[in-house]
Amino acid sequence: MSRTIGEVILDLQNISLRFGGVKALTDISFDVREHEIRAIIGPNGAGKSSMLNVINGVYHPQEGAIIFHGQERKKMEPHRAATQGIARTFQNIALFKGMTVLDNIMTGRITRMKASFLEHALWLGRAKREELEHRQKVEEVIDFLEIQHIRKTPVSRLPYGLQKRVELGRALAAEPSMLLLDEPMAGMNVEEKQDMCRFILDVNDQIGTTIVLIEHDMGVVMDISDRVVVLDYGKKIGDGAPDEVKNNPEVIKAYLGGGH
Amino acid sequence: MLYREAGQFKSSYAADQQLFPIRQDRIGIILLLAVAFLVIPLVAGEYWFSAILIPFLIFALAALGLNILTGYAGQLSLGSAAFMAVGAYAAYNFQLRVEGIPILFSFIGAGLTAAGVGILFGLPSLWIKGFYLAVATLAAQFFIVWCLTKFPWFSNHSSSGVISAQKVVILGHVFASPREKYLLVLSIVAVLALAAKNMARSSTGRAWMAVRDMDVAAEVIGIRLLPTKLLAFAVSSFYCGVAGALYAFCYLGSVEPDGFSLDMSFRILFMIIIGGMGSILGSFLGAAFILLLPIFLDIALPWLAGLFGLPFSNATVSHIQILVFGALIMFFLIVEPHGLARLWQIGKEKLRLWPFPH
Repeated sequence: MSRTIGEVILDLQNISLRFGGVKALTDISFDVREHEIRAIIGPNGAGKSSMLNVINGVYHPQEGAIIFHGQERKKMEPHRAATQGIARTFQNIALFKGMTVLDNIMTGRITRMKASFLEHALWLGRAKREELEHRQKVEEVIDFLEIQHIRKTPVSRLPYGLQKRVELGRALAAEPSMLLLDEPMAGMNVEEKQDMCRFILDVNDQIGTTIVLIEHDMGVVMDISDRVVVLDYGKKIGDGAPDEVKNNPEVIKAYLGGGH
Repeated sequence: MLYREAGQFKSSYAADQQLFPIRQDRIGIILLLAVAFLVIPLVAGEYWFSAILIPFLIFALAALGLNILTGYAGQLSLGSAAFMAVGAYAAYNFQLRVEGIPILFSFIGAGLTAAGVGILFGLPSLWIKGFYLAVATLAAQFFIVWCLTKFPWFSNHSSSGVISAQKVVILGHVFASPREKYLLVLSIVAVLALAAKNMARSSTGRAWMAVRDMDVAAEVIGIRLLPTKLLAFAVSSFYCGVAGALYAFCYLGSVEPDGFSLDMSFRILFMIIIGGMGSILGSFLGAAFILLLPIFLDIALPWLAGLFGLPFSNATVSHIQILVFGALIMFFLIVEPHGLARLWQIGKEKLRLWPFPH
């Protein structure tokens, strides 16, 4: 299946975010189109993670507008972003350590489960039916990520690379229209990175999920992303196709320092 | 050899998601229930019912309630005994003031009243966590006991707030003997334990555990923190409330507010620490351990002293009890923070592979 990049679905206009006197983001504007892989890169402390936190409502910018699917978003709680189809993974793995892989991924579908706690307590028709239906969906995710053999393992016992994969699974289980990945390949070896790239490309290609990605591995970024936005000290210094960005003098300066 | 899953293939997710997926567990629980419901009533004596089995079941229920809040949802609470007091006094007042209300409705009402109070004292949990929340629930502990002593309406103007529980009558039958009361308590505890297990294995339980393990991630996934925490407070207090009502109606007969002291809250907390946080089974194991240990020491210590010809008084026994208690709690916190339930699970995993090491 060939994917076609569609309309702009997320438009960020003049976003500024401050924590007290610290300016995390200053006047940043960029957009994300449907079905594309959009990378955010920049040196440490450039404001990349803050940018993701703004998109899914963990942080509320003081200035600027966020237009998602044609509607300007009011100040909202993170769980609202989840119901609108935005899922994410975290830079430092944020799995639920006390639960198994299966339960972690099942949690990803929680916004789609409607039965109340009373129905759960009594294990009435709908509660039972929902658990089964969603298990089916979760097993599809497990198959897709090739983690069948660890589905009953508590996540705290898994090695780092697999934990990252489970976290991706939990985000995918929500069937999001937009997936925010915060350094999905940090700390991985080459093989694990290749696997992760394959999963990201497959998600994008087969399911058509729009992906916003933060990554430090420039090889990966240049290979898989459609467009790249570059941040430095909370400001946008570059935006465009990977090749354009690569040759942008300001980007080179930010990465290699002023002397070159 | 006995505990092997070999040959038990699951061909549907429904089979994999049933209450006890392993056949031996299913047989075990059926046997346990059969013994509890059929054999024990035939063989146990009055002392066993009223001094051991009934308090064990009631405290197991309270521990289960606290485990839902602390073990599953990760909200530390030091007010369990106070919520039991709410349940006891609520059941008493329902019986007293509502003409002809069936006792079971009073028990449910007691649970719901405690749940309401629990929600009220759970509200700070949105803003404070951990030890700070424990201090807030400590306020509940003192405030509720003070309230029940201060306002005579709650105890129908009896002196120093003592209430005498009314007779337990269901469908015209009076539950008077310890045996009958045991069966009533056992039925209620069995039903509520099943309900807790069902909640724990469904999305309600997963939401609680998600909030416990990583609240930021839980919120990003779409779990609303406040309703989830408050639900845990409500369900937990409901369990404690019912336990309190049973404590008054089926165990002691008459209770006073000061009986539901901070000391009792701590005992319930120790039960889940020793039994196992986030485990239904652990609540029962912990309650059994904490209740049986003093009885065991009562018998064992004088015998030991006699063996060595040492002088021994009752005061020494109680001092040694406190020592052993403290030592055991430290031992569990260091060696096995997940408690007896975890030890049981490790034992089962070893049995699955026995005689091979791994």
